[in-house]
Amino acid sequence: MTSGEHLHVVTNDDISKGRLRFGKALIWGSAAILAVVVLAQSAHSLGRADYGLSSWRPTLYAYCLWAAAFCWAQVVMRGEQGKRTLFVLPAALFVVSLTVFPLLFGLLIAFSSWNLSNPDGRQFNGIANLVQMWNDPFYWNAMGNMVWYTLAITLEYAIAFGLALLLNAQIRARKFFRVAFLLPLMLSPVAVSWMIGKSMLEARFGPISRLARQLGIENPSFFESPLMAKATIMILDAWTFIPFMMIMLLAGLQAIPKELTEAAKVDGAKGWKAFWEVTFPLMLPVSITAILIRIIFKLKLADIVINVTSGGPGGATDTVTSFIFREYRERSNVGYGTMLAMVYLVLIVIFMTVLMKWAGRHTRPRT
Amino acid sequence: MGRTPYKATHMSAQVFHDADTDRSFRASFWTGRIAIYGALILWAVICLFPMYWTLTTSFKMAPDVMKGNMIPWVDFAPKWKGWEAIGLSPETLGQESTVRAEFLKRFTNSAVISLTSSALAVLLGSLAAYGLSRFSYKWAWMKNDDISFFFLSQLILPPVVLALPFLVLYRELDLLDTRIGLILLYTLTVLPIVIWIMKDQFSTIPTELEEAAMVDGLGIWGAFFTIILPIALPGMVAAFILSLVLTWNEYFFAALLTSTNANTLPVMVASQTGSQGISWWSMAALSSAAVLPLVILGVVLERYIIKGMAAGAIK
Repeated sequence: MTSGEHLHVVTNDDISKGRLRFGKALIWGSAAILAVVVLAQSAHSLGRADYGLSSWRPTLYAYCLWAAAFCWAQVVMRGEQGKRTLFVLPAALFVVSLTVFPLLFGLLIAFSSWNLSNPDGRQFNGIANLVQMWNDPFYWNAMGNMVWYTLAITLEYAIAFGLALLLNAQIRARKFFRVAFLLPLMLSPVAVSWMIGKSMLEARFGPISRLARQLGIENPSFFESPLMAKATIMILDAWTFIPFMMIMLLAGLQAIPKELTEAAKVDGAKGWKAFWEVTFPLMLPVSITAILIRIIFKLKLADIVINVTSGGPGGATDTVTSFIFREYRERSNVGYGTMLAMVYLVLIVIFMTVLMKWAGRHTRPRT
Repeated sequence: MGRTPYKATHMSAQVFHDADTDRSFRASFWTGRIAIYGALILWAVICLFPMYWTLTTSFKMAPDVMKGNMIPWVDFAPKWKGWEAIGLSPETLGQESTVRAEFLKRFTNSAVISLTSSALAVLLGSLAAYGLSRFSYKWAWMKNDDISFFFLSQLILPPVVLALPFLVLYRELDLLDTRIGLILLYTLTVLPIVIWIMKDQFSTIPTELEEAAMVDGLGIWGAFFTIILPIALPGMVAAFILSLVLTWNEYFFAALLTSTNANTLPVMVASQTGSQGISWWSMAALSSAAVLPLVILGVVLERYIIKGMAAGAIK
């Protein structure tokens, strides 16, 4: 959005000295309360004093008080300008306190050995977690799997594009098909894990196994060989997420001006040729947006893997998230798990930055 | 009867023929139709069959499952056994039932958590998106585009990165296994999506509207609430529904951060799959019940969901 479209409001704010002082008092007063509470709680948790506290809740309340006072002070000190700040400030404060603090805290945990059931608590252990990670074949195996899972998006994209074209064609009962195609997205991955992964693909009684047997496959098993298991997980995940890409692509298709396709038709472009030379290039920006968002969601894939295969056989279906989940569940080592997650985050950020830079060149509107 | 001669010639020999190229065109038109509807119906079956299978299985008995009977009343006689297992069959509905109480507890948790966090996300997100689309900010080195990017970049953050630090933090704050803890986290995860949709929505509303309102003496917040909000309502509904879908189905955080009090339906479904072997009918009933609210939502509010997802696809 360019600045030209912004609202221009001229205001002459006369903020009196007293108001300014009151605003400052609000911010610093609440900050002082927060500081006092933090100090008292630290003293308590270090055993210097006893206030009968069981948790850090008072600090949380003091923090909320400070945040509220900070927002209020904006209006008090900066008048009309402050009122505008107030639109974005609550969301910004919310996100910062819920991501930046935990991430910094996570960085601290990542360099320590911390078993939650161990009464000793956190032990700083330097780069031991990094070394352990470097030598952990299962972690890198999970990383490798993520590459395969991400590559599967190309196929999902092709199917989604096909479906979008179908829905965009001259058909009857369009609404029925659109709703039917959308429904898999409504289902929770956990329910899908049971509905399809555990029951429909069950080797003896599942309907898909029955179908496979009728087609002449002797012992259909979907989770025994590593390759097959990986493919099955890909299909399950694709099933729930294809509607998402389909809808985005459909919106893109419907935004193509009719004149363009008709002009192409007049020029003699038909069928495949019209698609490749007119529709597809026009759809490129939308396609890239849809694929990027899909990649972001794919990198979070875990629920289905955790519930259907728990990473098996032999880690063939593990995603990074499901691996860390089990790592924590089985050994409850918070430190090592956090280190793995942090490394994953760094890799994702690098990967996505490169990808978005590259994609940015293609999504720019053509003139 | 001047027409008779024409009719006679028409009957005896056809004067006007379809050219050969036209005939082949018509044939290819029909094969095209058949291919299109074939593909549509095939994919509709792929989408709907798992739901049909789950719903019918919840009315089956063990032998029906083993024989692979598919069609109720034809292949097998529907029984309420599966729904009895979660206390929702007609006979058990009147009685006290611990399983039903358990199910309803999880259901309420899911409902409260997803509704509250979606509402909170829409509130915070709409305000932020409105501010970012109307005013220029400069916070330290961050301008509007940087602030927008900061919000949207949260989408990349994988849940697993936050999960363990939150586990430890929540333990210290006594927020583990509480609804409020999950609500905060879920709001965080859907906030970028809400901001994305709402920015798109607000950018379609001309700024002249507020300018006029402010000339009439409304403040900036007054103009926002009385003029802009009603116009942006469809976008907010879309954002709310999409958030609802994501938060209702969320499993990962719920599995890590809740244990007995605050766990949601997905956690309950997941915990049953492991322990019970194949008492398929009760699992099917539980899955159906967990999935049903959103399926209904999807059918009824389909256009809002599509609107939400299509936002940002077209620039």
